[in-house]
Amino acid sequence: MTPELGQLALVLAFLLAIAQGVLPLIGAWRGNRTLMAVARPAAAGQAVFVAMAFLILVWAFLHFDFSVQYVADNSNLTLPWYYRIAAVWGAHEGSLLLWILILNVWTVALAAFSHKLPEVFAARVLGVMGLVAIGFLAFIIFTSDPFGRLLPMPANGADLNPVLQDPGMTFHPPVLYMGYVGFSVAFAFSIAALLGGEVEQAWVRWARPWTNAAWGFLTLGIVAGSWWAYAELGWGGWWFWDPVENASFMPWLVGAALIHAQAITEKRGGLRAWTLLLSIFAFSLSLLGTFLVRSGVLTSVHAFASDPRRGVFILVFLAIVVGGSLLLYALRAPKVTGGKPFNILSRETALLIGNLMLATAAAMVLLGTLFPLIGDMLHLGRISVGPPYFGLLFPLLMAPIVLLLPFGPFLNWGKADGGALKQVALRAGIAAAACAIVAAFFVQGQLKAVAGVAAAVWIAVGVLLYALKRWRELPRGRRYPAEMTGMLLAHLGVAVFVIGVLLSESLSVTHDVRLAPGQHEVIAGYDFRFDGVHRTAGPNWRADQGVVTVQRDGRTVAVMHPQKRTYAREQVQTESAVDAGVFRDLYVALGEPMDTNNIEGAWALRLYYKPFIRWIWGGGLLMMLGGFVCAGDRRFRIKRIAAEAAQPTTTPQRQGSPA
Amino acid sequence: MPMNPTRKRRLTIVAVVAIAAALAISLGVYALQQNMNYLFTPSQVQSGQATQYKTFRLGGMVKAGSIQRSKDTLQVTFTVVDAGSAMPVEYTGILPDLFRDNQSVIATGHMDGARFVATEVLAKHDETYMPKELKDAMAKAHAQEKVKEAAAQDKSP
Repeated sequence: MTPELGQLALVLAFLLAIAQGVLPLIGAWRGNRTLMAVARPAAAGQAVFVAMAFLILVWAFLHFDFSVQYVADNSNLTLPWYYRIAAVWGAHEGSLLLWILILNVWTVALAAFSHKLPEVFAARVLGVMGLVAIGFLAFIIFTSDPFGRLLPMPANGADLNPVLQDPGMTFHPPVLYMGYVGFSVAFAFSIAALLGGEVEQAWVRWARPWTNAAWGFLTLGIVAGSWWAYAELGWGGWWFWDPVENASFMPWLVGAALIHAQAITEKRGGLRAWTLLLSIFAFSLSLLGTFLVRSGVLTSVHAFASDPRRGVFILVFLAIVVGGSLLLYALRAPKVTGGKPFNILSRETALLIGNLMLATAAAMVLLGTLFPLIGDMLHLGRISVGPPYFGLLFPLLMAPIVLLLPFGPFLNWGKADGGALKQVALRAGIAAAACAIVAAFFVQGQLKAVAGVAAAVWIAVGVLLYALKRWRELPRGRRYPAEMTGMLLAHLGVAVFVIGVLLSESLSVTHDVRLAPGQHEVIAGYDFRFDGVHRTAGPNWRADQGVVTVQRDGRTVAVMHPQKRTYAREQVQTESAVDAGVFRDLYVALGEPMDTNNIEGAWALRLYYKPFIRWIWGGGLLMMLGGFVCAGDRRFRIKRIAAEAAQPTTTPQRQGSPA
Repeated sequence: MPMNPTRKRRLTIVAVVAIAAALAISLGVYALQQNMNYLFTPSQVQSGQATQYKTFRLGGMVKAGSIQRSKDTLQVTFTVVDAGSAMPVEYTGILPDLFRDNQSVIATGHMDGARFVATEVLAKHDETYMPKELKDAMAKAHAQEKVKEAAAQDKSP
């Protein structure tokens, strides 16, 4: 009976979404306050019903209700409870439900914190959020019902895909979705501004903390995904330019551009049209990401078995959202580029170049990701675009950003002081060159590693110099407002990330070897001894577990236990063993036994030495932190609506305020 | 027409953007051309469709009983078949978890005489999933050859 209640809850949520999506917009158009007032209660009611449906599905998983098809497909009696909860979003239907739940979380937060927004504007924003919810609820109700029954009820279920049975998996999708869906807020603000016809600067300030928070979540989600791929897929890689990774990376790139464009629009009034366009693109790319993952049109580790109806639905939905918002944009976008004039040497120019690079990078990733589809449509044959395409273009596009980063905060709005910039360039340049020369001795002349050290020091010194300047020149309490701190943290994160990527890419040692028990292999000064394989078992798997003892200078560094697990339905899954460290990871994965009938004999093993690989995720986490800290700035809290309504173009200016 | 500062600035911006766009597009096209990999099935390769490509991807099923490992290295050889043809493949390294008899695989590599030397081997991701591109390519090869599916099982390389 309860699963039917879940279905009913979804239908009720759908009806409330229609109320939330349609009535407030009509109210805002007609100036009808009663209709506008529908937005908040409808949003709250919708959230309650969606949460109810979600909890019913969780309940069904926890209680092994295999009469629900989705539960039977994705769990069984031996699956531990924490993975049964994670299984809720382990496949298509449930992950869509999670998407909608998170959309409701954002909408409720928006409804709660928008009481000080002008009434008409808030009604429009919430209305647009309602329209998005209509699309997704219709999708789940008409094509992907998670509560469909399976009768007669099987005694036991199938299994959750073993690659998803990992702690990282309980965490990665919800956080990633927080990011994806979070861009719907910036999108709703833009559409509301376009609908209103008057693109004031004020809406950008209201939208900024939401964009920063969404971007922070997306960063965390991508970091978690990358870490999960590293630990779970058993190849020791952290990024594969896989279509689905690209799908999350495109909104991230556009989101990063959007954060900076919003800064220009808010502080200087310029680039309004561009900011609007980026908001639309960030959310459209999030939708495209969902489409790419869920429709199975592209081959990927994430692709679920495809159902053409679903693909068509998302494609139509995507066309309506993107087409509709771009049409609205074409009709209503500000025709005259407003804003204060700026010099070539100014913060605006630097941010523009950065924006251009990030947007181009997103376009480049989009082209590479969709090219197989385009090739298919044009009958060019079955094409795939290899990682070297991205590996060549992406660093080239990011190089100008790395070059400009140290100057960012030193550049004044409007017209920058060339002397100060020269000084920064000189100091950061000398530091970078010195560190690069020292590093060259340690890395056996690996150019990539030397470049990584130089680039990272170049950025970090620029960031630290600016932090120092503020420390010296400003009184206590005004030195590091949250917005400034966030920016400095995120930029420092780029430096840490660059070190991690270039050092681990260039200095990693990878050996696939055949080892019999007792045999050694020395990698980067570490002596790996293979002590054989024995059988072991877990709650819902059995495994061949290897023992590898790692020694250095006669001292034991780690005893590692890589596994090759076999799950309920004979799915095989490699569990690598990682000995983590700040400066290096040791990574061991079992390949296969040389003789399938004798698992105690020789095995193929992957042995990796990965220096500085944790810095990649560390840098990502710093960027995430920057996004969140920025979002918390008190300046963004809405106050004095009346005063701002009277003087819409004045925004609080602070000396050297951050971008 | 006199060049006032605003006009001059705009002109500079437009020029910079145009140059950057041209550069980005030409680099992008170059990189795409260098890194496009075509997928062929054994019968397409044997009918000569892959001769112009140095590196390509070979897709098909692993012929049952064809997997042979070397005694003392990581070298492994197996046969990839489609509806009409078979192709011996050589690979050195560790095969993916899901690699086994009668699985669909995609191998990236080049031809060395009549053998295909793979640098990367991917197996399908779960029991029900076959990459769409591989399914289509196999269906196409199947239609071209007009050979019964069963025949593929008996045909030796």
